[in-house]
Amino acid sequence: MDTCIEKIRAIARDLLEKGTVEKVLGFADGTIPMATSPIAITSKEDVDKLTFTSTCGLNLANYASKEKGKIAVIAKGCDSRNLVTHIVENQVQRDNLYIIGVPCTGMVDKVKVASAIEGEISGFEEDGDTLKVTSSLQTLTVDKNDVLKDNCRYCTHRNPVLYDELASDLVEEQELDNPFPDVDAIEALDPEAKWQHFQDLTQNCIRCYACRNACPLCYCPTCFVDESGPQWVGKGQNKTDVDTFHFLRAFHCAGRCTDCGACVEACPMGINVRDFTRKLNKDALDMFGWEAGLDITKRPPLDAYSPEDPNDFIK
Amino acid sequence: MKMKFITIDKKDWAKGIDKSRETYQLFGPVKDENGCRIDALGADVQPDMNYTDSVLSAKSVLFPQSEKILTTSLDESVEDHHIMKRADTDYTPRAVIGIRPYDAKAVLLVKMNFDTKDYRDPYWCDAYEATTFVGLGINRPGPFDFSTSTGSGPFNEDGLDILLADMDDKFLAKVLTSKGEAFAASCGFDVEADAKESQVLLDVLKKEAESNITAAVETDKLAGKTILDLHEAPFWDDISFSCINCGTCTYVCPTCWCFDIQDENKQKASTRFRNWDSCMAPLFTRHATGHNPRGEKTQRVRQRFMHKLKYFLDKYEEGIMCVGCGRCVKSCPVNIDIREVAKTMNGYEKQE
Repeated sequence: MDTCIEKIRAIARDLLEKGTVEKVLGFADGTIPMATSPIAITSKEDVDKLTFTSTCGLNLANYASKEKGKIAVIAKGCDSRNLVTHIVENQVQRDNLYIIGVPCTGMVDKVKVASAIEGEISGFEEDGDTLKVTSSLQTLTVDKNDVLKDNCRYCTHRNPVLYDELASDLVEEQELDNPFPDVDAIEALDPEAKWQHFQDLTQNCIRCYACRNACPLCYCPTCFVDESGPQWVGKGQNKTDVDTFHFLRAFHCAGRCTDCGACVEACPMGINVRDFTRKLNKDALDMFGWEAGLDITKRPPLDAYSPEDPNDFIK
Repeated sequence: MKMKFITIDKKDWAKGIDKSRETYQLFGPVKDENGCRIDALGADVQPDMNYTDSVLSAKSVLFPQSEKILTTSLDESVEDHHIMKRADTDYTPRAVIGIRPYDAKAVLLVKMNFDTKDYRDPYWCDAYEATTFVGLGINRPGPFDFSTSTGSGPFNEDGLDILLADMDDKFLAKVLTSKGEAFAASCGFDVEADAKESQVLLDVLKKEAESNITAAVETDKLAGKTILDLHEAPFWDDISFSCINCGTCTYVCPTCWCFDIQDENKQKASTRFRNWDSCMAPLFTRHATGHNPRGEKTQRVRQRFMHKLKYFLDKYEEGIMCVGCGRCVKSCPVNIDIREVAKTMNGYEKQE
């Protein structure tokens, strides 16, 4: 992936020079190790600020739908699927997007890296799949595949599904015997243990809403938890209110979630927010043969009527 | 009270801490699957004195994320129905063990807001007065620590009643106040050390720790700028572009003290809560009319930094409202770095 950055910059420079787009949305280097920050480049002099590493775990589709005018977006497989979802849901116009596709070999889980090393991380470099992590106490060489974000481990759409230009060659897609072992494990629990699992999951939630705000699906002008007249949910730390937020948000994402992992990436409390959405992704696949964001001509299953629906209730 | 030093053999530490529970409710660092948090210690839980940092600060000891402040009954047959009364909060002595010096400094900054000459916030102040702060110096500050440039530092004593220094097999304790003295006595820690020698030892540790801090925040020119120039500066859109407007920075911050009041009813029992608020949230400063003077993301981001780096500085003339713990820098999902923002504000000259 480190080789694609020159291509990304060249494409961005060209687009801005020709005036094809007004802005290029991408990632810039952060001020601390393993941090990157979404950035909008408007002048070709600034394209060298663009970077692309395995720490670009946020989803830029979230930013694309907030822009007016024609923009270019750098899109991993998952970002491209959320752009498709945005097009289908009328959040962006296809004609206003120039998608710079980046075939992706997975993003790094910062928590996994941090727990692999003693002391606070003071340096992070990557060379292909080899990561060099430094702290004041030690230097470690880590294989990227050992510290991938969980959603990247189970990703079967590493290549962008919709793009105008690619920044590197397509990569081989992962063949998985079972893309949902985590859901299976929770499904196998008895009801009490299952309930407890989700109770424990939100134990540390501080309701900062980083998960929701990093999620490209969460574009409601006013989220139900932010309504004040009427107010649907208590605003304190009452467990029922905290859980109501997470459960309802998950159901709002049913059949729309691409498992991009931005929610987990953004959570400051290390909550595996994907535990709420993964079961719904699995159900969408099992019941409707549906994976979100693959086709700009199809609406999500809970938003469409089909005479071929396998369920009886509709007939 | 005359300042004094005591030494505490680590073999005696746990026993002493347990002894103090007869008098104090204890708070301290607890390891969990998410790293570490500062929390009330269960009866059999010892503070984790080897922790490096905690995602959340110690502010919740005095200022819980959601605090029951007033209660009343809505049952009209009850005397005093609908009359709000103080909640039954426990203000018996509490001690927070292992608080980081920058978090104790933050308590003093928050105090400027909650304990003014015009108004004393009873909930925060009662908790403050009940609390003894037993700090733990930071021998090896992490790469995110820029506390020395905010007037705090790894062995800063501001706001502490006792400062502990980890000396391998023992703690050297500098007892700074009579509150601290009472706490040490309740633990049975009474091995007095030579004050002069101990201060030299402490100074060596302090110097060594401070020399490890390379990060800094630039604030020297902020006082000389006008609020309007900074407020109208052209850089806010750029700074806020990547912001997703989550509450992470405000919730992990030890000095962010904005709060919201909420009433909740359960059958005939009514409770008034005080919850942490966040300038990042869409409901923050939203008026009853629906108008919000900070309706856009840029305005909210600007509010956060202007409050910390300019309004507070101008109002109290006691420096910025930041202690350099680095938590927001580390936890921000999009890496908005207060040091960069301060640098931009500090270096800004209005173009005529």
